[in-house]
Amino acid sequence: MTQEKIITADKLTKRFGNFTAVDAISFDVYKGEIFGFLGANGAGKTTAMRMLCGLSIPTSGKAQVAGFDVYKQTEKIKRNIGYMSQKFSLYEDLTIKENIRFYAGVYGKSDVFIKEKTEYLLKQLHLENEANKLVGSLPLGWKQKLAFSVAIFHEPRIVFLDEPTGGVDPVTRREFWNMIYAAAESGITVFVTTHYMDEAEYCNRVTIMVDGRIEALDTPSNLKQTYNAATMNEVFLQLARKANRTADQLE
Amino acid sequence: MKQFFSFVKKEFLHILRDRQTLLILLGMPIALIMIFGFALTTEVKNAKFAVLDFSKDVATKELTSELDASRYFDLVAEIHDYKEIETLFHQGKASIVIVFPPSFYSDLQHLNTAPIQIIADASDPNVATTLTAYATTIIMDYQKRLTLNRKLPYAIQTEVRMLYNPQLKGSFSFVPGVISMILMLVCTMMTAITIVREKEIGTMEVLLVSPVQPIKIILAKAVPYLLISIVNIISILIISVFVLDVPIKGSLVLLLSESILFTITCLSFGLLISTATNSQQMAMFISLTGMFLPTVMLSGFMFPIENMPWILQVISNIFPARWFYQIVRAVMIKGLPLSSVWKETLILCGMTVLLLIASLKNFKIRLA
Repeated sequence: MTQEKIITADKLTKRFGNFTAVDAISFDVYKGEIFGFLGANGAGKTTAMRMLCGLSIPTSGKAQVAGFDVYKQTEKIKRNIGYMSQKFSLYEDLTIKENIRFYAGVYGKSDVFIKEKTEYLLKQLHLENEANKLVGSLPLGWKQKLAFSVAIFHEPRIVFLDEPTGGVDPVTRREFWNMIYAAAESGITVFVTTHYMDEAEYCNRVTIMVDGRIEALDTPSNLKQTYNAATMNEVFLQLARKANRTADQLE
Repeated sequence: MKQFFSFVKKEFLHILRDRQTLLILLGMPIALIMIFGFALTTEVKNAKFAVLDFSKDVATKELTSELDASRYFDLVAEIHDYKEIETLFHQGKASIVIVFPPSFYSDLQHLNTAPIQIIADASDPNVATTLTAYATTIIMDYQKRLTLNRKLPYAIQTEVRMLYNPQLKGSFSFVPGVISMILMLVCTMMTAITIVREKEIGTMEVLLVSPVQPIKIILAKAVPYLLISIVNIISILIISVFVLDVPIKGSLVLLLSESILFTITCLSFGLLISTATNSQQMAMFISLTGMFLPTVMLSGFMFPIENMPWILQVISNIFPARWFYQIVRAVMIKGLPLSSVWKETLILCGMTVLLLIASLKNFKIRLA
């Protein structure tokens, strides 16, 4: 982890009519960090992430991602980030190779780059024999790992993961997080949202969002000390009790 | 550009790998046209008829065998009393009865006029009207032959000619209709579904976060369906010309160009529908009931627009298929050139542009 700030947010706000989804959040993310964005469903995590990805223009406040402004330079932001959502992101009726080729092409990577890195990637994941199989035929755990690899294939500076381990067994989750560590080590900053509090332990620093505001921002160990808790789950419960809105209200 | 092609290639892969849907997309037009051509026809053939002949002279006998000889009628009974007609109709033994009054031929010769009564089973009014028309035509033909060498004073000879379609073949009206239907189904519904599918499985989100311009995503989805539609149009036209004997009187180039225009209109419609929903089922539902069904009923292909109440006539103007149907009929059946259909063509162009603008605006709004 370095001291170079790769994401900065200053009183970032998003309002939909009378409803304030994200309420003046401020934070910084450093290059190479694994930065966790925690919170209950409906707390505003996804909305905040969408603003940082250039998908949604903030109502007020400032933010920069990889040095680009979220209001005026969304195209440049998109070129420099990767993304993986909780819904699965690869095409089930295309082969592994076809999927990689497609997404890498979208980010403008050369054929040479694609070919070489595909070979390397398949070897890493032990999927050389499945290269020409349809993604739909893979087990779910493999699909998740593959989706992550494809998300960072074009070597972005930041990768945004929106609840990436939903519906996946604990072993695969562990393996997935190993991949996240490896990515961070190679210099990619990882911005991950999750509502699994045990995954918070894997992050360098976490924030906890409640009702659109950041109620806590620190390393997991500091937070546990501050709130006198044994696990991040307990920290979260203490903070979440203050919440006024739940996902049910939003639906 | 290279990026665009890789998108188009991906879309083709999706379509080609879905064998079942592909079969429907390419096979359905052929199936539809065959069904319409051979099975569903508004023509009536070999209709059973009976004769109630009070004259039994040379003219009535000749007329009766004329009717029997035609492919439209088959003589099944010679009855002797009006009361027998009801029995025939009740039992379904005949659909129409020709009644000759006594001294038919001698009245014709001496009074220059003689009536014939046609009684039809109108419980199916369409069949009854058609059969009555056929019978009348055959009778008038006979009359013409009888009076060929006679000069009848002050007689008004009505000569009926069915222009463009002398045999009154039903197939002439539905080939344009089937083309419209197929294009709407394939283009509108499938385009809507394919875009919404990406939203459903989550890949659309990833694409929107990428540096790709949304317009490329949409256009790349439209291209394969444009090509499939062209294939479909050509196969429908081939079958129409060679199997159903429906000629292409006008310019083939004009016909194809107008079809491609209508295809783009339908694609735009599909695009608009895709911005309105996130579920494939909903997309299909809206396409079918909101667009396809009303279009089939109000575009003039099944039921003549002129017969509809005024308000429905006005509403029918909204549907692009109504204008396209007129264009195809004009070009294909009547052989008219562009100068006769420029108004309808312009309307179609305008609708396409409107739909495209609306869809793109809607699409952009969804992004924010």
